[in-house]
Amino acid sequence: MKNSTTAERTSDRELVVRRTFNCPAHILFEAWASPELLKRWWVPPSFGMTFVSCEADVRTGGTYRFVFSHPAFEEPMPFFGRYIEVTPDSRIVWTNEEGAEGPVSTVTFEETDGKTLLVLTELYPSKEALDDAIATGSSGASGAPEQFEQLDKLLATLVKP
Amino acid sequence: MVQYQQIRLDSSFSALSDATRRGILERLGQADASITELAEKFDMTLTGIKKHVGVLEQAGLVTTEKVGRVRTCRLGLQRLEEETAWIERYRQLWDARFDELDKIVEEAKNRKSTL
Repeated sequence: MKNSTTAERTSDRELVVRRTFNCPAHILFEAWASPELLKRWWVPPSFGMTFVSCEADVRTGGTYRFVFSHPAFEEPMPFFGRYIEVTPDSRIVWTNEEGAEGPVSTVTFEETDGKTLLVLTELYPSKEALDDAIATGSSGASGAPEQFEQLDKLLATLVKP
Repeated sequence: MVQYQQIRLDSSFSALSDATRRGILERLGQADASITELAEKFDMTLTGIKKHVGVLEQAGLVTTEKVGRVRTCRLGLQRLEEETAWIERYRQLWDARFDELDKIVEEAKNRKSTL
C-alpha cells in the first residue's frame, strides 16, 4: 500500500507537506541532490509537462535552474534559485526566485527504523504573498477534486440569482 | 489535510440541510446583511438567527464582522473553498511527485540488495 501525503497551511505564511518513505534517508537525499534522478520524479507524467533542462548544484551556496515546457506555455518556463543550506542525508533549504515573493523551501529527512519521514515546508515572505499564490493558482496542479466540484455546484444553485 | 477537509465538507453539507440556512445563504448571495435584517426577513428572533449564522460560520460558508453594535454577515464560502481546493491541488502535486520518487527508491533498494 502506498504511503499517504498530507498538506496543510500551518500559519499565515507557511505550507507543510508530509510523506513517509520505506527507505533510509540517504536514498531520498540522493534523489533530491542528483539532477539526473530529480529529473525523473519532479515532473510526473500526469502534469503533461516536459523537463527541457535540469541543472542543480546541490551544495550550500549552489544554484539550480529547471526549465519546463508544456503545450499551454508559449515558451519554456524557467524556475530557479539558490541552495541556502545543504546538510547531506538530512536537510536541503532553497529559494524560489522566479517570482518576486517566492517562498523559502526546506525539506528534511528524518529516519526511524529504516523508514524516513519527509517534511517539506514552504515559508512565504508574508501572508499576502501566500494569499496571492493561492489566489492566482500558482504552484497548484490542475483539476479540483470531485467533492469540491459537487459542493460548488450545490452552492451555485443556492446563491446565484 | 484530507481529514480536515472531510470534516469541513461534512459540516458544509450539514449546514446546508436546513431550509432557513439555505435561505440565509441565498439572501447573502444578493448582498451582505446584518443579523437584525436577517431576523426580520426570516421572521425569527435575533437569538434564533444568530444560531443559524453560527452553524454557517462554523462550516466556513459565512463570515461575520462586528462594527459598533452591528454584526454584518457575508458569504465566506468562496475564499475559504478556494484556499481549501488550492491546498488539495498542491497536495496532489506533491503526492504525484512522491509516487514517482517511490519508484526511484525501489530501484535504489533493489540495486543495493543485488550488490
